Amino acid sequence: MSETSPLLLRIAQEFGEAVIATHSFRGDDTATVRRESILEVLRFLKETPELGFEMLTDVTAVDYLKYRSTDTPGPAFLAHEFLAREREPQSARFSVVYHLYSLTHNRRIRLKVPVEESDAAVPSATPLWPIADWLEREVWDMFGIKFVGHPDLRRILTYEEFEGHALRKDYPLRKRQPLAPTREGWEWAADQTVSFPKTDRFDAMPPSKRERE
Amino acid sequence: MAAETRTRTPSKTEHLLINMGPSHPAMHGVIHIVLELDGEVVVKAEVNIGYLHRAFEKHCESGTYTQAFPYTDRLNYVSPLINNFGYALAVEKLLGIEVPERCKYIRVIMSEISRIADHLTCIGASGMELGAFTVFLYCMKAREYLYDLIEAATGARITISYGRIGGVKADLPDDFAERAKPAFAQVRAVLSDIDRLLTNNRIFVDRMKGVGAISKEEAINYSFTGPMLRATGVYYDVRKAQPYLCYDQIEFDVPLGQNGDNYDRYLVRMAEMEQSMRIVERALKQMPAGPIAVDRTGPRDELGASRPLKPDEMVDLGKVGKTEGLLEARLSLSPNLQGMEEERSQAINAPEKRVVLPPKEETYANIEALMQHFMLIMDCWGMNPPEGEVYFPVEGANGELGFYIVSDGSDRPYRVRARAPCFPFVAALHRMIEGGMVADVIPTFGSINMIAGELDR
Repeated sequence: MSETSPLLLRIAQEFGEAVIATHSFRGDDTATVRRESILEVLRFLKETPELGFEMLTDVTAVDYLKYRSTDTPGPAFLAHEFLAREREPQSARFSVVYHLYSLTHNRRIRLKVPVEESDAAVPSATPLWPIADWLEREVWDMFGIKFVGHPDLRRILTYEEFEGHALRKDYPLRKRQPLAPTREGWEWAADQTVSFPKTDRFDAMPPSKRERE
Repeated sequence: MAAETRTRTPSKTEHLLINMGPSHPAMHGVIHIVLELDGEVVVKAEVNIGYLHRAFEKHCESGTYTQAFPYTDRLNYVSPLINNFGYALAVEKLLGIEVPERCKYIRVIMSEISRIADHLTCIGASGMELGAFTVFLYCMKAREYLYDLIEAATGARITISYGRIGGVKADLPDDFAERAKPAFAQVRAVLSDIDRLLTNNRIFVDRMKGVGAISKEEAINYSFTGPMLRATGVYYDVRKAQPYLCYDQIEFDVPLGQNGDNYDRYLVRMAEMEQSMRIVERALKQMPAGPIAVDRTGPRDELGASRPLKPDEMVDLGKVGKTEGLLEARLSLSPNLQGMEEERSQAINAPEKRVVLPPKEETYANIEALMQHFMLIMDCWGMNPPEGEVYFPVEGANGELGFYIVSDGSDRPYRVRARAPCFPFVAALHRMIEGGMVADVIPTFGSINMIAGELDR
């Protein structure tokens, strides 16, 4: 936790309590921001001329459900060392991650917003950047995090009838869902049960270490 | 009389809803556009994607760091080498290691060759969409010469899996520079043909100029990158803004457009191909020499001559205790391993034993190397990067390709996110086609160069 970067210092000064933590790992400046003030921080970064982060490069999320869990793969004799390390309890399950880029100053910054599972919702950045529309739809589709104020929060990569959110860590890797969804009025489809052959190549594969718990 | 009444009757007009795609014959890539038409004018457009979603990110998170390479091949399958190196560079940043100078040059050369192949595909396709089928065939012909070059170095044409963490799979063949010369001559000939066929072609210019335009401000708000952003006149190229590999040691120009329409995108791509060839030619000249001589005499036969041993022969000799000179023996490797010989592997791989596999000669002859090999390959061992998160952008053929990797200290990436360059373009596609003619949808769609593999991941 080093606050060396002047950019991070500036944000920490400006928003005080709203900035939970900052760090620079391998030259990547990261600020963790409270959910309530993320929109203000984004607007500040975009509209302050000397910062000038005009570009929202990416919006994504991380599910910390199995982060550094005891079943993390690793050499057996290192396990005790691994567990003995100071463990930072990840309080919130998700983090929404914003990557911003400044064309004028040629700089990048990463913002992270911790989000609880019980209340997985973040203010939408669509009023600031139109690209946030699709990026947030993808986060909703893959992680089930809602974006409050989003004009049209639908699934984007999967279909509407898809159950669950695929990139959550508790979504099984080999889970199967019918590819032909049963829609209203499609009676012929409702009668059919979509079955997959038992001798699937993937079913024959050994489960990965993370799944073996 | 009758004609009069007919003209007086108020005509009833309503908008027509058309589904274009998901598998439309004129669209290369599965995408669904719902068009609301007023006559031939597009009033409203809605774009649906996801038809090629195959859980790239989930797959990467379930395997080890090295196992993600074949998946990255399939992101932008027209320029897979750039994806390979982008992912490798992100993991290297996480590990805090740097590859040797020669490896950097190899990566630059292969990336630029891929970029030319990608632009050729895009221009060929947009020509074909306007009826210029000849241009498409010319482009494919030129691409073949480049694929031959790629094949010479990597052994494959499309799904190459050539990148490795801390290096590349194999060194360039010795005659690569000689092979590149005629290939580039052919590509240049094709480019000048295309230039004469299209650039001042009345039909082409009329169909491309002013069509699918987007303003500078809107392009930035939609986080456009690459040729699409540069066509609007914004100077942003990751190779110049945040130089990685050895792009800061090579001179090249970044061509810019003005209007941000289809025609400028075409011009920018044409100019970029020439610059890419310039980069490759420079890099081939500047590249540090490869093989380092390794003294290997090995056991001698009855006549006193040393000869390379086969791996199984070597194992047999070891089993019966004839270990004299075995460590120094030369090994005849299978053709699959060409370019990874011991004398070459030092020049193309980082000197990091916790990341890079030992050369095969060592693995077969030496127990330490064998152990190192298995430590890296075995499940749950492998390389363990420190905890942390990195984002590494490279200039893909379409724009900024970024990999965001979160590590929790284990041998598998906890989270891999690919920032696809063409995702913003497709998100803004409706802005470029609304208000235009329905016939211009396809050329605009062609000029954004959507690659479904990286769009849907």
